Amino acid sequence: MMNRILETCAADCHPVSVPDYTPADELRALQLKRLQAVVTRAWQHVKLFRSRMDELGLTPDDVRSLEDIVKLPFTQKSDLRDNYPFGLFASPMKDVVRLHASSGTTGKPIVVAYTQEDVDVWTSVLVRCLAGCGLHRGDIIQVAYGYGLFTGGLGAHYGAEGLGATVVPASGGHADRQIMLMKDFGVTAMCCTPTYFLHLIDRAAELGVDMKDLPLRAGVFGAEPWTDAMRQRIEEMSSIEAFDIFGLSEIIGPGVGCECRRHNGLHIFEDHFYPEIVDPETGEPLPEGVEGELVLTTLSKQAMPMIRYRTHDMTRILPGQCACGRTLRRIDRIGRRSDDMLIIRGVNVFPSQVETALLAVDGVLPHFQIILTRSQGLDQMEVQVEVTPQMFNDKIGAMQELHDKLQHSLDRVLGIRVRVALVEAHTIERSEGKAKRVIDRRTS
Amino acid sequence: MKIQQISLFAENKPGHISAPARLLAKEGIDIRALYLADTQEYGILRLIVADWQKAAGILEAAGFIVKVTEVLAVEVPDRPGGLADVLGALEGSDINIEYMYAFPYVRGDQAILIFRFNDPDAAMERLQAAGINLVASEELLKK
Repeated sequence: MMNRILETCAADCHPVSVPDYTPADELRALQLKRLQAVVTRAWQHVKLFRSRMDELGLTPDDVRSLEDIVKLPFTQKSDLRDNYPFGLFASPMKDVVRLHASSGTTGKPIVVAYTQEDVDVWTSVLVRCLAGCGLHRGDIIQVAYGYGLFTGGLGAHYGAEGLGATVVPASGGHADRQIMLMKDFGVTAMCCTPTYFLHLIDRAAELGVDMKDLPLRAGVFGAEPWTDAMRQRIEEMSSIEAFDIFGLSEIIGPGVGCECRRHNGLHIFEDHFYPEIVDPETGEPLPEGVEGELVLTTLSKQAMPMIRYRTHDMTRILPGQCACGRTLRRIDRIGRRSDDMLIIRGVNVFPSQVETALLAVDGVLPHFQIILTRSQGLDQMEVQVEVTPQMFNDKIGAMQELHDKLQHSLDRVLGIRVRVALVEAHTIERSEGKAKRVIDRRTS
Repeated sequence: MKIQQISLFAENKPGHISAPARLLAKEGIDIRALYLADTQEYGILRLIVADWQKAAGILEAAGFIVKVTEVLAVEVPDRPGGLADVLGALEGSDINIEYMYAFPYVRGDQAILIFRFNDPDAAMERLQAAGINLVASEELLKK
């Protein structure tokens, strides 16, 4: 097998990329072995999964082939919320070395856990992502994803370090400082959201820095959907090669899949994550090449196995093998979702969360509308709230207090800063009596 | 002695005050006093009109959010220290002035101020006990 890798892989290939080229039959055998193990693990340790298996009259022994996966029950985001915080863990707390969290639909975050083994797997898939983007030891990689509960920052950090590259852990924000670091440190690759990178390009120009003059040669962009038009703009304005990386906290974080230098879909690291495409309405499996909802199963996760997790991301599995030689199957770039989830500055927001936040203030749900715009490469979210008779008060102080309460409630539930605007009754346009919840004026 | 004041919520945008004004004009309702409290984004328009029930009905029917509040019209001697004397009558009580504004008509040597108190009944009692004249709505609204 090594010979094949040396033939197909560039000289700078990282040894950790070896599994990318596993012959298909070997890969399938490994997947089945791991699927059986993870189903057994979840069945033994996760009450919810066990009761769902019981309801269907299934035991782990019923998984005899990879095709049998379709018999297994789905896992939804609401399952993570309902079992907040630790209800879906399959490892005792003493084995959990890390917790991450992302926004949930009711204000409680969704919690994910990692054993040391999970962190090592996560690091290894990110190393494979970065190696696939042509990065290696000697590269200087700036990570401008937020560090913290969000998986983006620490995920990319461990991956870049695991690759043997030099990491600049800049975290998010502070554009001027980001540009200074890129310039002064001779950064060769950036990890951030694509919209933030566009903002950095614009800001650099204002500061008299031409990105094309920097040693920067690659960008690994993710945490939000982006278009080929955006890629073209980024590449033209900065002379870098832009890569799409995919992941979600529920599965592991960034690094579930990534483009290679062929830029023809995203390779899924199938030895750890098993992809299926299903009809978003019926849940029925769809054949290769047909667009549907991506469903992922973690094949090696210890602390928090996810069996048939409904991502709500719409994509398809690309037929055939990639010209790069990797045997890993590819998914198309993700452009839309099967639910109403919005991605704002990389953070997941559901309109129902806005409802929850508004309702929490005085028990009445006013008409509201979410207006999304983009300013300086950053998504801005405004929530327009129609003043109701219950809310209205003739004292300015009371209205300001109401405004502040709405603001705090939204900040707390969504986990991002939004602008609240109180508007007159009946001013939000309604079609068939129902207010349109989201106006998206962001243009790529 | 209490006066009914109408308040409206209005966004701070051109034309947002003229719509209610036009509605009331069309129905022949006379606006006797008006005060706009505003922030950067929105304002609260407070009106004292000849027929508050009719005015409130018209505005609500047109989709405005209307709130009716009780205020007091207080006669204040039009001389230095006049206001201080009136306010002095409230000292030592829990009565708080939420806001106040001047009524645009002066009666002889008496100015009229509109007060929104946290407790209009207690304020009325206290002011009257101090010999301060409150203007009744019939008197205030006649021309």
